Amino acid sequence: MTQPVAPTGANAWIIGTRKGAWAMKSNGRPHLSEPWFFGHQVHHVVQDVRNPGTLLAAVRTGHLGPTIYRSKDSGRTWTESAQPPKFRTKEEYADSAFDADDRRREGLTVDHVFFLTPGHATQPGVWFAGTSPIGVFRSDDDGITWSGVEGFNDNPALSRWCYNFAPGTPDGQKCHSVQVDPVNPKRLLVGLSGGGLFLSDDQGATWRSINAGVAMDFAPPKEDGSEYEYGHDPHDAVIHPANPRRWYHQNHCGIYRLDWKDDAKEQRWKRIGNNMPKEVGDIGFPMTCHPKNVDTIWVVPMDGGTVWPRTSVEGKPAVFRSRDAGETWQRLDRGLPARAWHTVLRQAMAHNGGASLELVFGTTSGELWGSRDEGDSWQSLAMGLPKVMSVTAARLD
Amino acid sequence: MAAVRVRIPSLLFSYTNGVKLVEVEAGTLGEVMAALDLKFPGLAFRVIDEQRQIRPHMNVFIGEENVRDLNAPITSPSEVFIVGALSGG
Repeated sequence: MTQPVAPTGANAWIIGTRKGAWAMKSNGRPHLSEPWFFGHQVHHVVQDVRNPGTLLAAVRTGHLGPTIYRSKDSGRTWTESAQPPKFRTKEEYADSAFDADDRRREGLTVDHVFFLTPGHATQPGVWFAGTSPIGVFRSDDDGITWSGVEGFNDNPALSRWCYNFAPGTPDGQKCHSVQVDPVNPKRLLVGLSGGGLFLSDDQGATWRSINAGVAMDFAPPKEDGSEYEYGHDPHDAVIHPANPRRWYHQNHCGIYRLDWKDDAKEQRWKRIGNNMPKEVGDIGFPMTCHPKNVDTIWVVPMDGGTVWPRTSVEGKPAVFRSRDAGETWQRLDRGLPARAWHTVLRQAMAHNGGASLELVFGTTSGELWGSRDEGDSWQSLAMGLPKVMSVTAARLD
Repeated sequence: MAAVRVRIPSLLFSYTNGVKLVEVEAGTLGEVMAALDLKFPGLAFRVIDEQRQIRPHMNVFIGEENVRDLNAPITSPSEVFIVGALSGG
């Protein structure tokens, strides 16, 4: 769930893959467009919900560096950003207050732009991008030029939060979620894999970790019994668009909900994945929430046992839905293959925001599955696509 | 400054509108890339990263020499070849 709010009147899915992007319209039967950016790695294509028509696409190729393209005509033509996201040079950090071994001193380069989102409704033209290596970038001119969010990218503590930008598997560490509070434009939540969740209440000038209650099974318990403040591995995080006091996230170590309490000393995550069937577990990538019903969410469990195959648990694909904020869960597998080993990446599940809500997810094996009944049943929409890396909804002419 | 012929790979045809051979005035490899970027905005960043390094899966040759230093001088009548490395999948 990288797009909590879909464009009004969405009539297409945009599928970002390792070899290009496709738009799928449904006029009775699903119809795939010709590919956009054929041969390119397309991590994310997002339409501006504030101004449907503007699309941004995060693109790179195996050889060429990363960039962002913009379209104002439903994807018919694309123009490259004049200044795509770039880290500061090592020379600019020569006199910084960073730790001596901080890798920013050696010079980071953006490997790929992973995530795109429009800014707050009251800030037209503002967009945010999350990158690998970990960085947060902002555009104030509708995606034409991008600059690092200084309070984040230049924060001396960032290297400690994210294992000093250590390479991660398989495509590197990344900022995978930038959530803009739908009510308070100053509030931003970012998710770092790995590093944890961090909150800003001043549009990115200052940040604090917000990981209390989240497990970190891949690190030894602290000797003093306290929790780790950062270093966690959220996979996908969302501030609910209908209630910004309700947050969800799917983590490497479980499924979590946070109910914001103004009078609490500490905001604390609850592991609602503990309510999943034990034989299924609560490991996965995407976290998808209903656009209006704050208690309805969907996850796609994956095998996080033994050597972490990250495929359908026991080779039996299923989506799980909760209608009570994660207190109970229902297995949804009608129409899905009885035996298959799907991997559904964190950006590869979406809803269309419609009154009759449609859901879709894509797999790394190039399959696209859709549901018109909130997950009760699933139909194959496409097969034979390249590795699906993202799915979003859009309103295309 | 010398007149330099630059061979453009198909990877970058979207910038050059399919033009395979470009001539620029330059004294160093960095100047070649800057001149290309003036003609074809955005091209240089796809080949050279923000730390002024040639990207790992790109190769640039001056004549027959594989060069990774943007300060490398260009001596006329050199040709510069920008090519994708043998990598990927």
